[in-house]
Amino acid sequence: MPDHTYDLIVGLETHVQLSTETKLFCGCSTEFGAQPNTQTCPVCIGMPGSLPVMNREALQLALKTAIALNCEIPEFTKWDRKQYYYPDLPKGYQISQYDLPMSQKGWLEIHDPKGRFQPKKVGIIRAHLEEDAGKSLHDEAAGKADSRIDLNRTGTPLLEIVSAPDIRSTEETRAYLTELKLLLTYLGVSDCNMQEGSLRVDANINLHIHTPQGKVPTPIVEIKNLNSFRFIERALAYEAKRQLEVWQQTGRKLGEAGTFKQTRGWDDAQGVTFAQREKEESSDYRYFPDPDLCPVVTTQAEVEQVRAGLAESPRAIRERLEKAHGITPYDSDVIAAQGRPTVDYYEAVAKAAGDGKKAANWVTQEVLRVLNEQSWTLSQFPLTAASLADLVKRVIAGEIEITRAKEVFNDMVANKRSAADSLQALGITKVDLSELEAICKELVAANPKIVADVKGGKQQAVGALVGQAKKRNPNANPNDVRRICLELIEKM
Amino acid sequence: MTARSAAELIADLNARKVSSAELTKGYLDQIAKHDGRVKAFLLVDPAAALARAKEIDDRRAAGKPVGKLGGLPVAIKDVICTQGVRTTCASRMLENFVPPYDATVVTKLKSADAVLIGKTNMDEFAMGGSTENSAYFKTTNPWDTSRVPGGSSGGAAACLAAGMAPLSIGTDTGGSIRQPAALCSVTGLKPTYGRVSRYGLVAFASSLDQIGPLGRSAEDCAVLLEVLAGHDPRDSTSANLPVPEYSKTVNQPLAGLKLGLVREYFGAGLDAEIEAAVREAVKVYQSLGATVKEVSMPHSKYGIATYYIIAPSEASSNLARYDGVHYGYRTEEKAMLAELAAEQQKLEAAKDQKKLADLDTPLVRLYRQTRAEGFGPEVKRRIMLGTYTLSAGYYDAYYLKALKVRRLIRGDYDQAFEQVDFVVGPTTPSPAFKIGEKSSDPLAMYLEDLYTVTANLAGIGGISIPCGFTKSGLPIGLQMQCRPFDEERLLRAAAMYQRATDWHTKRPKLG
Amino acid sequence: MSLTRADVEKVSLLGRLRLSEAELDKMTEQLARVVGYVEQLREVNTEGVQPMAHALDMHNVFRDDALAASLPRDAALANAPKRDSECYRVPAVLGE
Repeated sequence: MPDHTYDLIVGLETHVQLSTETKLFCGCSTEFGAQPNTQTCPVCIGMPGSLPVMNREALQLALKTAIALNCEIPEFTKWDRKQYYYPDLPKGYQISQYDLPMSQKGWLEIHDPKGRFQPKKVGIIRAHLEEDAGKSLHDEAAGKADSRIDLNRTGTPLLEIVSAPDIRSTEETRAYLTELKLLLTYLGVSDCNMQEGSLRVDANINLHIHTPQGKVPTPIVEIKNLNSFRFIERALAYEAKRQLEVWQQTGRKLGEAGTFKQTRGWDDAQGVTFAQREKEESSDYRYFPDPDLCPVVTTQAEVEQVRAGLAESPRAIRERLEKAHGITPYDSDVIAAQGRPTVDYYEAVAKAAGDGKKAANWVTQEVLRVLNEQSWTLSQFPLTAASLADLVKRVIAGEIEITRAKEVFNDMVANKRSAADSLQALGITKVDLSELEAICKELVAANPKIVADVKGGKQQAVGALVGQAKKRNPNANPNDVRRICLELIEKM
Repeated sequence: MTARSAAELIADLNARKVSSAELTKGYLDQIAKHDGRVKAFLLVDPAAALARAKEIDDRRAAGKPVGKLGGLPVAIKDVICTQGVRTTCASRMLENFVPPYDATVVTKLKSADAVLIGKTNMDEFAMGGSTENSAYFKTTNPWDTSRVPGGSSGGAAACLAAGMAPLSIGTDTGGSIRQPAALCSVTGLKPTYGRVSRYGLVAFASSLDQIGPLGRSAEDCAVLLEVLAGHDPRDSTSANLPVPEYSKTVNQPLAGLKLGLVREYFGAGLDAEIEAAVREAVKVYQSLGATVKEVSMPHSKYGIATYYIIAPSEASSNLARYDGVHYGYRTEEKAMLAELAAEQQKLEAAKDQKKLADLDTPLVRLYRQTRAEGFGPEVKRRIMLGTYTLSAGYYDAYYLKALKVRRLIRGDYDQAFEQVDFVVGPTTPSPAFKIGEKSSDPLAMYLEDLYTVTANLAGIGGISIPCGFTKSGLPIGLQMQCRPFDEERLLRAAAMYQRATDWHTKRPKLG
Repeated sequence: MSLTRADVEKVSLLGRLRLSEAELDKMTEQLARVVGYVEQLREVNTEGVQPMAHALDMHNVFRDDALAASLPRDAALANAPKRDSECYRVPAVLGE
């Protein structure tokens, strides 16, 4: 079998739990982690006679997201029932949106700070609201062949965001999800906590295999319920390899009789995708308009109102930081990725210090290092922006040399004190030039071998004198020492 | 006592001419006497009813405020949830279902100080027009106990006719209040969709279902509707409109009344005696100053076909929740699993791979077996029909098409109401039939809903009032339908007729 | 479109009803008659007619995002045919 090159074609369906207090159609709490079946009521457990009433906030959060994803917001949208039987779906249908979703035709721009792919817009086919199902727990401990059903999650509001099949690599997949997650976080519409299931991904994947006869598409596979970035990347890599092998063995391609969209799961322990048991009938969801819920009409004025109140997007922030502070896309990406508080902190430092690039270095390297080491959030970080800016300014002014400045920074953090106090505590003062010249004269006189080396063309030999100078006075600026010594040697 | 109207009884209660306990006891005695034959009630709890009556009496005696119904007993169709009281929908599926909450109408009845005297029999999940589809027993027509009382609110109508309650509440999805009211010679009102909250009404077809009052007269219905009606934030489809004081205005006559006789209602299939009685009733209105003109509703003939697509479609979805997991009946699991294992062994032995692949999983079998045992034949038929009409490839041809014809039916009404105040005709094409007469032919049974389904499809109000009897003594109902939310005038129009006639005062002779 | 026994069998799975062979026969015959009857709608011209899914023309009915009391767990589980102290129980759903 010859090797084949192929294009990886990926589309993602992302389910985002919206940050409402209560469920989509009843007043039960959406809080994670409660004891099983303690957050349910007649409505969310689908008791006979109960009726849904829509949560206004859920629609607002969905509108925010859809508008930030550059979607069109149709004036009219409605609720439909998606019907299937499963024990974690107590009504026997999920309230969702079928043919007239609340938003459609948007895009999300993705980029790679490392430049592995060109920035591109991934299409958003639609984003629609729906209710979540409950949880099935398999009770192996009890040694019984029963599953246990917890309906706390039933009815939690989800926004399903469906991307176009515009994604071409695992890097792009990661970039899309990272950017989407960041956007949702900035908008404040979801906590995006993947461990708690607030962000879940289904991936549609196939290959366009290059052959002498042109590109051949393989049948599309949907991999369900990928709940970590690592799972997604591994599953896509595995599935690409599997589809290529199947094609090489069978030659089956998309749209051929007998091929249909297959649903597979991901087994992370085995590192494989596996076919999920599915009968043909199970895909007949018999959607129809939910007669218990009224349609929703959204005017253009309402859309504009939501748009006006939107938080700045990560993309806009990155562009602004690059433009206003002259920093690299790499730095703007690192800063924006930390979230809005870090952006604000950085900007305050940059403004006060008067040097955006140096401020960016300090924030992305030193501040983030400390946060990471200490597992802190920015709010726990002891230095105010003004305090850090003060240090940066002193460095720029040449008052402190850079290696000592990091010492000062660590001291400021450890002892929660100002730059001035740290300098004093560490005994750091700027060495007087005449004192420095005196030290250098002594050193040059005492080290004829080094002088000879330098005169012989080995300029780097002067480095040894720098070390000696620092021993005599730790505050000696290495650059000054080097410059003075070289001048002295030249005159000799 | 049981001959007096609800309005009179409330006045008597408030004047302390009779106590709620005495009144309740009186109706309980009637139940004890007649319900063995009529079988209108699925559940009666005399002790609870009397305790509640006494509590209201005590409150009144202490000079504390008492609600609008003042201790009057009211019977409730068993499709409406009552907290802590079994609510079966006349189905095996909900044989042991005890709701943890009250329907909004029950809350309203309780705060109006009604005494809930019992839960009435019905067709299973309100599907049917004869109450023969109850999983428990068949209710009989008090006028001829060999005949059906109509349905699905058969118990609700029969208990009134037999004097076992002064008021009752029913539900109407395609005629289920009006048709039994006609067949039992009582007055029954289906309000405009959205007039009464559906919260706590176990859904049959959500876009058609509506709760409404049944009573001896339009005046009685006005008293009860005033309590039931109103906006409910728990029902998204409930209309946010003020509730008129129906009971205060019901006896004010309407001047310049314009009635529309629907040409299409008087065609083939209409019983001659019923036609005569309806035309006679129209003459009574003319004598009261009404003008009558013929109106055409060209799409009314498609009402049954439209209804029997939309109602089963919604029902198939609404009844999906009865799966033996969260509440209600579940098949005997061990036997079910053993049978499934045996089937599997047999297929494996025969190496029948195709059938093995098609064999139900334990979970699917649990659902299918539970639903096969928990639902009766009519409910199964409608689930099957509705599942089919919503399924891939058929949705446009059936369900979507029906929604469009539904709009045309509504358009017919809108046009008619530009010319007339009320649309008038028979409630049913024929009088009460013999028990068992139509149970083998579902389609023949469906055609009985001819005159009533269109009001549900259009979402408008309708009332059935007694307007005579056949030669063999079977009741005949006159149906009047009104513009959306025009119940206030509809009740006044009905009361006008009832002041001029005495059909509604006739009572059957029960041994 | 005439309704076949195979259709009825398929629908009985979709609707999660177990029907015996005899019931399938009877259901096919009864449903075929009803489906035959409702097909008269085909003769109605519905071009340009908006479907009417709701009886009332209402829209934008919302509730505020305010917490309401949930049911006590015992009350929520009280009607379940099979349960333990915390959950509803069903035959294993692994792999389905």
